[in-house]
Amino acid sequence: MMANLLLRNTRVEYAGCPVVVGLDEQVAVGEWLCVIGPNGAGKSSLLRAIAGLVPYSGNLHIAGREVSTLTARDTARHVAFVPQDPVLPDDMSVADYILLGRNPYVSTFGRESAHDREVVAHLIDNLSLRIHARRMLGTLSGGERQRVVIARALAQEAPVLLLDEPTSALDLGHQQHALELVDRLRRERDLIVVSAMHDLTLAGLYSDRLLLLHQGVAVARGAAQRVLRSETLAEFYGVSARVIHEADGTVVVVPQRSAGDL
Amino acid sequence: MTSTTVLHLPGISGRRTAWWTVGAVIVVFTALVATAVGPAGPVWWRVPLALLDRLPLISINSGVTEAQWNIVWQIRAPRVVLAALVGAMLSLAGASYQGVFRNPLVDPYLLGVAAGAGLGATIAFVTNREITETWPIDPVPFAAFIGGLCAVALTYTVGTAFGRSRSATTLVLAGVAVTSLATAVQTFVLQRNNDVVRQVYSWILGRLTTASWADVRLVLPYIAVSTVVLLMYRRLIDVLRVGDDEARALGVNVNQVRIVVVLAATLGTSAAVAVSGLIGFVGIIVPHAVRLLLGASYRLVVPLSMFLGAAFLIAADIPGRILTAPSETPIGVVTAFFGAPFFLLILRLREARR
Repeated sequence: MMANLLLRNTRVEYAGCPVVVGLDEQVAVGEWLCVIGPNGAGKSSLLRAIAGLVPYSGNLHIAGREVSTLTARDTARHVAFVPQDPVLPDDMSVADYILLGRNPYVSTFGRESAHDREVVAHLIDNLSLRIHARRMLGTLSGGERQRVVIARALAQEAPVLLLDEPTSALDLGHQQHALELVDRLRRERDLIVVSAMHDLTLAGLYSDRLLLLHQGVAVARGAAQRVLRSETLAEFYGVSARVIHEADGTVVVVPQRSAGDL
Repeated sequence: MTSTTVLHLPGISGRRTAWWTVGAVIVVFTALVATAVGPAGPVWWRVPLALLDRLPLISINSGVTEAQWNIVWQIRAPRVVLAALVGAMLSLAGASYQGVFRNPLVDPYLLGVAAGAGLGATIAFVTNREITETWPIDPVPFAAFIGGLCAVALTYTVGTAFGRSRSATTLVLAGVAVTSLATAVQTFVLQRNNDVVRQVYSWILGRLTTASWADVRLVLPYIAVSTVVLLMYRRLIDVLRVGDDEARALGVNVNQVRIVVVLAATLGTSAAVAVSGLIGFVGIIVPHAVRLLLGASYRLVVPLSMFLGAAFLIAADIPGRILTAPSETPIGVVTAFFGAPFFLLILRLREARR
């Protein structure tokens, strides 16, 4: 069974209000899907439903298993979730924090096995975090924090990695580093990556496909060249933007000042 | 392979088991000192000899008379053991509450558990006491447990409803309000039932000064159950530090962990209150001292708070016995004398870090 992600007529509600409406989508192994859309479009709700954190109706399968039927531990073995604003206790060490990612494999009242520590040790090396392992989370810079959070998610060894606005707190250089890191890891580990992002240029640059949500409905999907068009952006973001197609296939979105402001 | 991997993974807190031994040694040493000193009884250095003499296969002439031995074994020893149990329980409960509420400023007293337990016990005393007194199992500790549980539930509900930002101060303020409410209701109930005032107050003020082995037997089962549960949950309490949402995403059944830990901590605290009366600040001083020494991982803070809490309360009871002999200084006075300034210091340091 391929460990793919399948959504069929998936619907998420908050207090009776639909926030994701009848969504169909399929993400293959090793594919990066980027969910875009204006604030309140339902991007985070969709991610949280896939992570098993909010109830949904319809179907949501990971590796052929319905997420709502999984226990919390089982879900955590299938999906790793990096929230937009993760809680990093100031006085927890980097190594302890990454080790938390092994929780789904540690028996409830047991302790981490040698294998769990080995997985974490490898990750620490792979993400060049060894010199930081003893440091307290409160002393890390923004870029280091993001790397540590990604390391904790990867320690779950789940086939699906969910990233909610992974770059919103980072400067340009660290945005690039973080996304390059995710891209490298998904190739090394054949991960399914689903991310919600606001920066449309970066979204188009790193993902295989885009899914544009508007009021919980999928209004456009496919390659960046198809989805990122100035008329689409005008309609759903209410923005006046120029979309530049570079020769290498890169799509650049540049906001424009409207004529009235000139 | 295994050992080399461990060496290659610095910064892990969960495996420093040597600290358990250190903690146990500190408790045993403090207990020996506390058993050896006191206004009456044998010279201090004869007491360890007398204790050794009582062990099987060892025979030492300690020079301790039978009367002196009775002072050591029937008066001092139960008091030391009870202080150890209560201190361990209050610190363990404090550390656990701090973990599941993600708030380093709470302890069993600040959450209103003690006041709620007092109210529960009072109600049990005024409700057909002449009948319930004869029951095979005394319902008073159970009533205290229910009262403590209602208080902590109320504090948490109010504290989180009004403190959407999960501010540490809101929960503490809610605890203060719930404590006042429970105390007010208790005073009201007592005024209408003058006949039980003495009984209730001797219960609330505790019996540490007149502790007997019977008191130890009364609370030991509750404290043992509570301790085992809280120690088993220490790793999960640590996972909760990343917040409910992320802990759930890491596969933790957050609500179940919180409910079980709060139940266990409240059960143990209520039992401790039943024998020791109101002893404040232990549950906050001790876990913080452990944090300052060993770091903030609950995998260490929970068990080490238990050991240091036992040692701290045994030690805090010594000046109470000696300073104003032959009269006693209540232990709660000693702990509050050190605890209140310490609490303010922590509050100040935390606010300064913002």
